[in-house]
Amino acid sequence: MLSNITIGQYFPGDSFLHRMDPRAKIIATMIFIVAIFLAETTLAYIVVGLFTIFTVALSRLPMRLVWNSIKPLWIIIVFTMVIHIFTTPGTMVWEMGFLHISEEGLRMGSFMAARLVFLIIFSSLLTYTTSPIRLTDGIEHLLNPFRRFGVPAHELAMMMTIALRFIPTSLEETDRIMKAQASRGADFTTGSIIKRAKNMVPLLVPLFISAFRRADELAVAMEARCYRGGHNRTRMRELTVTSYDYIGITGVISITLVLLVLKFFPVTF
Amino acid sequence: MPIILDTVSYVYGENTPYRKEALKGINLTIKEGDFVGIIGHTGSGKSTLVQHLNGLLHPTTGTVTINGIDAALKTEEAKIMRHKVGMVFQYPEHQLFEETIAQDIAFGPKNLGLSDEEVNQRVHEAMDFVGLDYATYAERSPFQLSGGQMRRVAIAGVVALEPDYLILDEPSAGLDPFGREEIFQKIMELHEKKGITVVLVSHNMEDISRMANRLIVIDNGQIQLDGKPLDIFMNKRKELQAAGVDVPPVSKLVEYLRDRGLPVSQQVISVDDAVKAIEVAVKEVAHVK
Repeated sequence: MLSNITIGQYFPGDSFLHRMDPRAKIIATMIFIVAIFLAETTLAYIVVGLFTIFTVALSRLPMRLVWNSIKPLWIIIVFTMVIHIFTTPGTMVWEMGFLHISEEGLRMGSFMAARLVFLIIFSSLLTYTTSPIRLTDGIEHLLNPFRRFGVPAHELAMMMTIALRFIPTSLEETDRIMKAQASRGADFTTGSIIKRAKNMVPLLVPLFISAFRRADELAVAMEARCYRGGHNRTRMRELTVTSYDYIGITGVISITLVLLVLKFFPVTF
Repeated sequence: MPIILDTVSYVYGENTPYRKEALKGINLTIKEGDFVGIIGHTGSGKSTLVQHLNGLLHPTTGTVTINGIDAALKTEEAKIMRHKVGMVFQYPEHQLFEETIAQDIAFGPKNLGLSDEEVNQRVHEAMDFVGLDYATYAERSPFQLSGGQMRRVAIAGVVALEPDYLILDEPSAGLDPFGREEIFQKIMELHEKKGITVVLVSHNMEDISRMANRLIVIDNGQIQLDGKPLDIFMNKRKELQAAGVDVPPVSKLVEYLRDRGLPVSQQVISVDDAVKAIEVAVKEVAHVK
């Protein structure tokens, strides 16, 4: 019933992207997200698109997964597109009452939608190719310099690790309770929205109870192992920077430079 | 009317690296009035199998029919059939949600669309059946109960559906011996008094051997053994061990005594039986001497 949820799901593999250091991947993703917003012309979008496709190919993930990452957000994508299409002033191509579509609107609409799609694909590549543990390790390392300003880097990372760790467990639990209530005749899929919301009660109450119970048990278990934050903690797997990371970062930076050039010295056809 | 599984296969996580074939071409008929025990080690596919019996999972290939109707259909008829198969999951107390015990037990019957009177009637019967006094417990919160009591409330919630088939997945997991005994007594009563067909999943040989009249051993998504428990314990020990399960301690003891030359009857399942059989054997030996 819940098999199509992929948020934060790691897809094991041994591709170039899988081998990159999580820190490098996070930085590269952030640079690329900024770079996407530099794109303003068709040519720039083609460059961004090609680079995204290249990266997807490099990750050797099945296309289905990439599609799954966009699917839950299609409403937002379409909404953004429609808003831009109808609200951008310019040369009219179609008009009806207060609705009007301009050439610029069509352009902006499709650019915005493309921007969102690239953004989603690229950031989901990060979570698809990085195991949650490595991801939070990377975040912790990147946040470490901010510790002196009071950012609880380790605690944040630990919270994320735990949250990510319990996503599959909670999904499993949800699935189990859904099945249990379904076999008592509960119906989660039909009826009006209000009725469906009401029908969620037999699912949500047990879920909350088990989440609290789990949190409590975990806290006790951590306490019993003398957990007291990140003081002098060592790691089983140290993060190391390899040539993959240099190549990856260099790649993203070069794309950003290309986009910068395209922004300030636009090529006209 | 039986539940029939025809070459049922089930695959988890198709098209992912986590792909796992949990069931491989299972053919199985569960006749009415039977008490079927399903046993297998962790990950053998037994929980996946029983979830097919009331249409919670639909086979990847093959069909499951309940009383002749395909359980995977979305028709009203198929829905009614699925309701005839009650399912008690592992740790069923985790599914309690209502404010009072009576309301929680009433959840299932209400979903069947019964009148308030009928619902009330069934709640009374179900509570009575699992040994919870209505006057004392009906208005209490289920979350104030002990683990064993919570489980009884959860089981009552399924019993109140008055199913023809009752599937129980490890109903005694995590209970103390007393609580276990109690739960099994109730299940046995259901089977004997109400004639409900019971499918009991467990990895505890002893529980199954005492109650079931048919034993199915599952390993690696396939049915390895299928027959009378006593027969399997006596004659199929090697196959049992190959499937990762062991014969009950009582059978082991009998085997041991026989190896040592005490002619104990092999026809024992429960501890009481064994005591009697050993007594008889010892007397016999003494008599001969």
